[in-house]
Amino acid sequence: MTAPTLAPADDWAELQGAALLGTDRRPLPEARTPLAAAVDRADPAGALLDLAAVAAVRRRAGALPAPAVEPPAPAPDDPRPALPEAAARRLAVLLGTRSGQGTTANLAELLPQWLAAARAHGYRLPPAVVPALLDTARARSELRSDAVTLAGPLGRWLAPHNPDWKYVSRTAGEQDVLAQPGELLWQEGLFAERVTHLTRLRRTDPAAGLALLASTWSTERAEDRVLFLDSLQDGLSAADEEFLEAALSDRSKNVRATAAELLSTLPGSALATRMAERAGRAVRLDGDRLHVTPPAACDAAMQRDGIPVKSPTGRGERAWWFGEVVAGAPLDRWTAETGLTPEQLLALPTVDSPDGGGAEWAEDLREAWARAAVRQQDAVWARALLGTPPRPGRDTRAPGAPAKLLSVLPPAERASWTAAFVQTHGLGDAFQLLGACATPWTPPLSTAVVAALKRAAELGSYPWSHSGVLGMTERALAPETAPAVEALAADTAPDTAWSDTFTRLAGTLRFRQAMLAELE
Amino acid sequence: MEERWSTEHVLSLAPDPASLKAAGKLSGPAPWSGTGTGRGALWGLCKGSGSTPYRTAVELGTPAYKCSCPSRKFPCKHALGLLLLWAAGPAAVADGAAPPDWVEEWLDGRGRAAADKAAKQRAKSDADPEGARKRAARRASRVAGGARELRLRLADGVRRGLADPLPAGAWEEVAARMVDAQAGGLASRVRVLAEAPQDELLEEYAMLHLLAGAYDRVDTLPEALAATVRARVGFTTDTAELLAGPTVRDRWHVLGSRDTADDRLTTRRVWLRGAKTGRQALLLAFGRPGQAPDLALPTGRLLEADLAYHPGARPLRAVLGARYGSPDPAPAAAPAGLTPAGALAEYGAAVAEDPWLDGWPTVLADVVPVRTPDGWQLTDGTHSLPVRRGALPEPALWRLVAVSAGHPVTLFGECGHRGFAPVTAWDAEHRAVPLG
Repeated sequence: MTAPTLAPADDWAELQGAALLGTDRRPLPEARTPLAAAVDRADPAGALLDLAAVAAVRRRAGALPAPAVEPPAPAPDDPRPALPEAAARRLAVLLGTRSGQGTTANLAELLPQWLAAARAHGYRLPPAVVPALLDTARARSELRSDAVTLAGPLGRWLAPHNPDWKYVSRTAGEQDVLAQPGELLWQEGLFAERVTHLTRLRRTDPAAGLALLASTWSTERAEDRVLFLDSLQDGLSAADEEFLEAALSDRSKNVRATAAELLSTLPGSALATRMAERAGRAVRLDGDRLHVTPPAACDAAMQRDGIPVKSPTGRGERAWWFGEVVAGAPLDRWTAETGLTPEQLLALPTVDSPDGGGAEWAEDLREAWARAAVRQQDAVWARALLGTPPRPGRDTRAPGAPAKLLSVLPPAERASWTAAFVQTHGLGDAFQLLGACATPWTPPLSTAVVAALKRAAELGSYPWSHSGVLGMTERALAPETAPAVEALAADTAPDTAWSDTFTRLAGTLRFRQAMLAELE
Repeated sequence: MEERWSTEHVLSLAPDPASLKAAGKLSGPAPWSGTGTGRGALWGLCKGSGSTPYRTAVELGTPAYKCSCPSRKFPCKHALGLLLLWAAGPAAVADGAAPPDWVEEWLDGRGRAAADKAAKQRAKSDADPEGARKRAARRASRVAGGARELRLRLADGVRRGLADPLPAGAWEEVAARMVDAQAGGLASRVRVLAEAPQDELLEEYAMLHLLAGAYDRVDTLPEALAATVRARVGFTTDTAELLAGPTVRDRWHVLGSRDTADDRLTTRRVWLRGAKTGRQALLLAFGRPGQAPDLALPTGRLLEADLAYHPGARPLRAVLGARYGSPDPAPAAAPAGLTPAGALAEYGAAVAEDPWLDGWPTVLADVVPVRTPDGWQLTDGTHSLPVRRGALPEPALWRLVAVSAGHPVTLFGECGHRGFAPVTAWDAEHRAVPLG
């Protein structure tokens, strides 16, 4: 028997021995208690069962508890306000904690939003849901940061007890910045833990982060050096320049290129100044034209500054070097040198010879400026480069990747540009642009998307050809749009794919609206 | 007006996961129109794929369901969706409306059917007392025959030795014979025996031998113990008959609820404790596969009602009679509880009256769940009780640990000779957390 400690030694072992071998081979044990002595021993098998019953009941009735075990130190208190009741029930539904309950696809889409919203409100979760949340975030790593923050002190207390939740200690929550012995983590941690630690440190104390990285730099593997270097993007300042300059002579090409890119975004860095000089030689204002003189060669100094000799795209080498030089130069120099605004500069034609040829350089120039605007996060240039959304029929696509340029703009501007784009172009090419917009979408953008969906339905296209955008709408459409989508669902012919699509979308929006309201 | 049910509670009614998923999609206002609640019922029209919407209604007291959809699931996804919508809050379904005609008709029809059934029942029991007595005597003699045969099989096993394994299916055959002998209780214990690990085998043999032997001389046993033996062998008592006898009215604290399912039946156990009498009670409800048991009481709430106990040496199982009002909207405080030592003593006292009890419903106060190399333990700093192996799935154990967070908690469950099987924990804010 496996159970609580029992009344002192009894005849159980003897009885069990006799029963296992059989009363045909074994004698019946002696009776040890008055009640056992009353058992009729005429039939040994029946008597053994009688004795065993007496002993079993005696053992059960007399069971004693085991000595105390040492409980763990309790979890630290969580001072955050408790999650409202309705929101707690919602979370249970989203996590599907009822045994056997599957979650529907759109609930899976809504969970990340719920977590982000609850995290923003700074709530403490009911303890009973924390294990299910940690299990869910184990499988869906994109939820981990929110999940770990929401799970709070309880989550970090639970995690070491369950091997499935190891990731918790490696996930940056909000409260535990620098709570861990960083030096040890840096020396002995796994790569992911080290990157997380360095990134966190750079956010609070960039100089300390740099010092930490420099302390082990020479012994890191090349592929790790590239990723560590990437984390310097947080809190990048002139204090990092010396280190990055040194990295320009690194053995690894990727490390050199990453260092050069970082330096080019650092205003006033020596590399940025060198690039500005090269760019100045390559593009000169000549009256109301821009005279382009692409570099004749990629010399050793240019190579050291991160410009590859060979074009990876197979473009002409001089055009390639030209693009790299302009993309690496600070954008401010153009307006400062010429006294023109970005819009004015973008409107100028290009020439490369006295006879007026070279108009094609304009496109290279715009592409390079677009790359610089993204790298340097320059909203003024990004705005100028995007211009107004392209009008139908005209194939004047914005330079670079418009979605990347959009990401440089403030959220409201991103949304209104995309709304205008969707109004004229529909949803066909809007996937990446919509993805660059902050969620939930602004009401004007949401309205534009719903109107575009309505047109798509009327034109008889299939919902699944818009499945990417539709998936996004479930996450991102403004809750205020729900009545409009419900109206669409009602207007669409019943039993069609579009009617199902709109009905589900409306349901998801209502669910999301209720879910967010509960968190207020 | 009925207290709005919690979402958890509605989810517990779902017959299977697929229904739950389907109901989730119908839990928003979009497909619904004409919804309302009043006269103890809830109704609405659900837009389906056809041109006519489905008429869905729920009678909240029993509860009972009606829907014009063709689904054979019970309750169907429409009924569940409507309940979820209602549970979500007052904005979704208006209170106090007058039911439309089709709901009125159904409710009236249900009332008439219940009255008819009660009348038939009375007529039946009065009709042929002599015949009923003969039938009962016939059955008693068949059961006695089965019990004697079982004792011989058990003695044979012990004579040969338990280390000598029986041919596969041998016990299944014995179980089938017990069913033939109308001794269902013996049959299910035989099936347990067939599954028992070697080191628990002698105990199972002995307790079954004790039961079969007790039935052999059931007429000589004290009345209460005789009732326990009959119930364990497989005799059932009619609910209406029980309710016609003495009942106990109390404010019952719903301590917990647990479903177990096999391929033939879903069994729901609901444990209660009387606030005034301190008596414990166990209600059982059954559902066929694809159908949730129709008994649903909210854990952690108080409910004023009459209970009628099944007779026995240690009365526990009961049936629910008249209910007075709805469960209290506010959760009750955590119930008072025992120490691990006190809990085992209480189980011991129960076993002394009904030796076949594997566990006794028990509230433990101020215990901390601790994971040890030998399994989970519940400790109060003085003693500890093991958590019965297999009593809870792994996620439920982690829920318990999270609720405790290393602090002492109040815990309800069954305390028995294999350890404690937790059912409900109360968190720091005194909320009942179902663990199963």
